[in-house]
Amino acid sequence: MPVSNLLLVILGLTAIAYYLGLRRSIRVAGAKGVRSLESLPSYYGLLTAVWCAVPALLVMLVWISAQDAVISNLVLAQLPADYSHMSPAQLTLVLNDIKNIAGQNIENATSSDAIKAAAEHYLSLQRIGLASMSVVVLSLAMLLTALLWKIIHPKLQARQQFEFIIKVFFLLSSLLAILTTVGIVLSVLFESIRFFHLVPISEFLFGLDWSPQIAIRADQQAASGAFGAVPLFVGTLLVSAIAMFVAVPIGLMSAIYLSEYADRKLRSIFKPMLEVLAGIPTVVYGVFAALTVAPFLRQFGESMGLDVASESALAAGLVMGIMIVPFVSSLSDDVINAVPQSLRDGAYSLGATQSETIRQVIIPAALPGIVGGILLAISRAIGETMIVVMAAGLSARLTLNPLEAVTTVTVQIVTLLVGDQEFDSAKTLAAFALGLMLFVVTLALNVIALHVVRRYREQYE
Amino acid sequence: MSSHQTEVLSTAERVNRSLKRRYAAERRFRFYGLASILVALVFLVILLGSIFFTAIPAFQKSYIGLNVTFDAETLGIENIEASNAFLTADYDAVIKAALRQRFPDVSSRSEKRTLYSTISVGGTYQLADMLQAQPELLNTTQFVWLTADDEIDGYFKGKIDISAPESERRIKDNQIAWLESLKANGEVKKGFNWTFLTAGDSREPELAGIRSALTGSFLTLLITLLLSFPLGVAAAIYLEEFAPKNRWTDLIEVNINNLAAVPSIVFGLLGLAVFINFFGLPRSAPIVGGLVLTLMTLPTVIIASRASIQSVPPSIREAALGVGASAMQTVLHHVLPLALPGMLTGTIIGMARALGETAPLLMIGMVAFIVETPQGIFDPSTALPVQIYLWTDSPERAFSELTAAAIIVLLLFLVSMNLLAVLLRRKFERRW
Repeated sequence: MPVSNLLLVILGLTAIAYYLGLRRSIRVAGAKGVRSLESLPSYYGLLTAVWCAVPALLVMLVWISAQDAVISNLVLAQLPADYSHMSPAQLTLVLNDIKNIAGQNIENATSSDAIKAAAEHYLSLQRIGLASMSVVVLSLAMLLTALLWKIIHPKLQARQQFEFIIKVFFLLSSLLAILTTVGIVLSVLFESIRFFHLVPISEFLFGLDWSPQIAIRADQQAASGAFGAVPLFVGTLLVSAIAMFVAVPIGLMSAIYLSEYADRKLRSIFKPMLEVLAGIPTVVYGVFAALTVAPFLRQFGESMGLDVASESALAAGLVMGIMIVPFVSSLSDDVINAVPQSLRDGAYSLGATQSETIRQVIIPAALPGIVGGILLAISRAIGETMIVVMAAGLSARLTLNPLEAVTTVTVQIVTLLVGDQEFDSAKTLAAFALGLMLFVVTLALNVIALHVVRRYREQYE
Repeated sequence: MSSHQTEVLSTAERVNRSLKRRYAAERRFRFYGLASILVALVFLVILLGSIFFTAIPAFQKSYIGLNVTFDAETLGIENIEASNAFLTADYDAVIKAALRQRFPDVSSRSEKRTLYSTISVGGTYQLADMLQAQPELLNTTQFVWLTADDEIDGYFKGKIDISAPESERRIKDNQIAWLESLKANGEVKKGFNWTFLTAGDSREPELAGIRSALTGSFLTLLITLLLSFPLGVAAAIYLEEFAPKNRWTDLIEVNINNLAAVPSIVFGLLGLAVFINFFGLPRSAPIVGGLVLTLMTLPTVIIASRASIQSVPPSIREAALGVGASAMQTVLHHVLPLALPGMLTGTIIGMARALGETAPLLMIGMVAFIVETPQGIFDPSTALPVQIYLWTDSPERAFSELTAAAIIVLLLFLVSMNLLAVLLRRKFERRW
């Protein structure tokens, strides 16, 4: 039975279980009526339904995720003897062949009879697996329904039990956030450790040369592959610095204007328009940077007698800066609005003009919050991917010239992992090491920023 | 005494004298504020304007009308009864024959080759579909509108600078003569580019469309919605209504806030390492994309849902508890329905963000060249923003128009999702 049909059957069974539980509770209540039950009859139904569906679905999930590995091992074990001394990597290739033939993705006439037989075997095992899963899952569902039917009893606290199950579900959902963080840390950490076995961590952190091409042939140029990430760090910082150079003044001044000068009407027009900038997907900014801004800068540079690369840190940084403007302005807007009115009134009563009040009272008072917002914006700029992938270039040059092409940590992660299938080369592992760096740096920035912002808010609350 | 008086006077004077300067500074400061908003807005207008104007031509495409003779011999059909007779027939030869017939003067080999490139390779599929639908057309001559090649299409749209020297042009003088003669005879027409909406990706710009990418995006978002909404709401309910205030829940809170600020590409790495390499889910599949985007949008949904639950006044809870509802009943029957519009609004905004997300999808291999529309969540597929990224990289100029057109479609979806969120908020917003 295909998985989707099985799901439908379980759904049907669940509905039946609900009904059975409901009827059963009314039945056991007998002549004394449903008032003699511990809970409303519907809770008996719900409890039965939950016991029918949840364990069955869990078993199904585990079965599906485990089945492929089990079947693959069985198929490999069945292969003729000359396959048994192959390396694991070769076996993976053989297995891929088998799966492709089984899935009829390719009609590979050259593959040997042994492989074809194995594909047959694979298919039959898969059929057996699915069939036995259906049997197990459905009998589990029915068994548990029957069990519940049996134990329903006027003194059974169905509501409490049902609510407990729901509460456990709520609890588990909230743990997902922690699980995600742990998953991120573990996935980048493990691969990074493997990477640091191949490339010493000092070379990665302080090396000045980045050329991750691992040679296919020994005599190829740049055969060794160098993993010094400093050019990437410099490139990332350069692009982020340009972005912040654009975003901080524009974002901060817009926030000041919107919160201190603009009347209600102007505010209701400008604020949503700034938010539109925040809602545009980064890939669109990337297209704009690559197809409009970069050529424009190049032409402009030519007319000034400057040599601007067609992919430049400047183009990427400028566009990224504009992207971050709404981010800076909305965070600054929040903190400026949180400054108590009494501070403003005090400054006005001393005869300060509005701009003097803003510059000498409000900004200093809001400074921690603004700094926190800027830190968040920097972490955003460092982690931004699409704009730099499309507009900053790939060449890992150690330069501070914004007119040249630079590359960033995120660009290298993308180029190292897109299209590459081999998973244990230093090249792909390097991407995870870069990911680890990115995660650690942005996490540190976020923690500091959130801490600063929170402290600031507490100060005025 | 007198010295004191002069000092007071001089202070007032000083203030008065400085007033002009200070007011000028005030005006300047105000102007800077307005100017920075305007800079951002001008940028927005340029961004949208440039994309819009680049996109317009992509919604049209040129067709060339030819008298095509479905000659069985040219087609190489020997046995009409054979089941695959129409599938394997040589439609290319038919088009070539039609072109030769239309321009009998063309004789040299290189000129012929140029002539043949007028019609897109998609023309053969068009003819094949025609003949399979109506087998009786065999051995007749029909006037057929065939898709023009992208360079030819560019010429008709005025994209090619004819004043440039011939050697620098993609369209040569003899081609221009042919095309002008076709145009003069009314054998060229422009129509709405349905291919763009109905076809999958293609190496030929005139045959490329966004359908497979849209389907991929839809499947991915569907999974994201189905997972992130219930899980996010459940987590929010737990944290707001049931969780004890202790270190553990503080940790969860800090975690959620931090996850909201983790770069999206890191989620892509997580997806690659955990879902693909550890759990062995297929690469490039919407299921993996959906899972990754779920983890990414979950913080947004949780934060929005918590805010929404917080805005339900405690009197509601007290009333429910007062008439004997259990804590769970209070939440599920009273708090949740009141908080639901706010939760939905937050979820839609999270979905809109997920729809535009590209980087994590690159990590899990949703960048493949996909022609077929994915049929299920385990099929290889791509997503609309990734398709935009892929087309930007393509060398043919016509692809940049397609890129812009695809962006327009993406933005339309985003705008309608955000509008829906705003409407929901307006309709259900309640001040307690």
